[in-house]
Amino acid sequence: MKLVVIAGTPGSGKTSVLMHAARCLEGSGSRPAVVKVDCLWTEDDKRIGRLGIPVHVALSRDMCPDHFSIYNVDEMLEWAKKQDADVLLNETAGLCLRCAPYPDHCLAVCVIDVTTGPNTPLKVGPLLTTADVVVTTKCDLVSQAEREVFRERVLEANPHCRIVEANGLTGKGGSDLAEIIRALPPAAENMMLRHNPPLAVCTLCSGELRVSKRYHRGVLRHMDGFMEYSGE
Amino acid sequence: MRLTILGGVDKDGCADHIETLHIDSGEIVGIVGPTGSGKSTLISDLEQFAQRDTESRRQVLIDGQPPDAEVRADPRRKPVAQLSQNMHFLADMTVSDFLAMHAKSRGREENLIAKVIDLANTLTGEPIHPEHHLTALSGGQSRALMTADIAVISDSPIVLIDEIENAGIKKQEALKLLAGEGKIVVVVTHDPVLALMTSRRVVMKKGNMVRVIQTSEEEQKVCNSLSRVDRWLINLREAIRRGETVSAAEAAL
Repeated sequence: MKLVVIAGTPGSGKTSVLMHAARCLEGSGSRPAVVKVDCLWTEDDKRIGRLGIPVHVALSRDMCPDHFSIYNVDEMLEWAKKQDADVLLNETAGLCLRCAPYPDHCLAVCVIDVTTGPNTPLKVGPLLTTADVVVTTKCDLVSQAEREVFRERVLEANPHCRIVEANGLTGKGGSDLAEIIRALPPAAENMMLRHNPPLAVCTLCSGELRVSKRYHRGVLRHMDGFMEYSGE
Repeated sequence: MRLTILGGVDKDGCADHIETLHIDSGEIVGIVGPTGSGKSTLISDLEQFAQRDTESRRQVLIDGQPPDAEVRADPRRKPVAQLSQNMHFLADMTVSDFLAMHAKSRGREENLIAKVIDLANTLTGEPIHPEHHLTALSGGQSRALMTADIAVISDSPIVLIDEIENAGIKKQEALKLLAGEGKIVVVVTHDPVLALMTSRRVVMKKGNMVRVIQTSEEEQKVCNSLSRVDRWLINLREAIRRGETVSAAEAAL
């Protein structure tokens, strides 16, 4: 079973890119299945379901969706196996950009919208810098010059990635991505994350609602960057 | 250089009537047809060097060969410059910063910036300043800058243009500038002057390349008289823009 993890900011076109790639994969004899992780609500199962391939939606609810995706990888692969699939496409919710939910033995795909401007690739962090493939979307909405500057910025942030220019409306880029997926080796057991998730065990995680720092315990970072430990 | 388009299928799955189309260096070819007839799809096939892997199933060859996959994927090696329908920049930076970054991404000298801006200012009535913010430029200024950028920084042997006439710039000058010396130019257009400036035009219908029309000598004459009308119109527009009044004598063709 091959594993493809598709991450990216909300609205960047992850689902469209995934659907075009899935269609191309199916056309060339592969058997893709899709797990879509979202937080509270999604209708993407209906949208992706139109392709006639197995789709499973998982809502993380009050859990961080990226953490949820990470520790559920085994269950996802198990499910895909039962669907008789040979490629699992896992689309993440894509929220805070600080987590990069990519295991080492997967194809890590970061979808990024060129209309967000050429500084975005520098802001995105490990989601982009640890990706194997960066898919740039909405390329038809900017001039060639802007597209090239954006591309340059992506390569500055991640010099080893492959860049695929995609257009969710026409399907451009889908066959390029499918070709990269076809050349991918299967996922391994006991995979490791490529990048550590941020510190997340804080008083807020355990339900604190009060705002001021004096109510919070654990490792706290001040506005000026100073870090302290508060507690016993 | 010779560009070859091998026909694919239209929106109904029927084969293109034009099976093979060759375009050689130095030629300007038009694409005409109503909205939704597949003009932009054809331009997009050329831009991607389609290898029967797009919706139209067309194939595009350079000098009779399919280009390497790497050439298709890397814009720095792709011999194509494209002026699309976009009328605005979205990057929040100054004109000179942006051009410097673009020159760098293309491996060109940064001293081309002044040249691009000077050239852009020959195409638009509203001068562009290096310190202007890209996002604040008018449609005409943006289009003029995109055109000059393609002519100077991208400087590719194949130039694709999607509907230059909507731009509010001097379109004939823009086309001549983009065509440069010995380039292959493919221009989508509804504009009679531009369409007749080409040597041939491909007619699109429901996604099908239905026929190719060679511009006749008579059409070239029509083009010349239309150019005079066009210049006259531009002069009137400029006079009004400068806040001048227009007399009946000036308005007579």
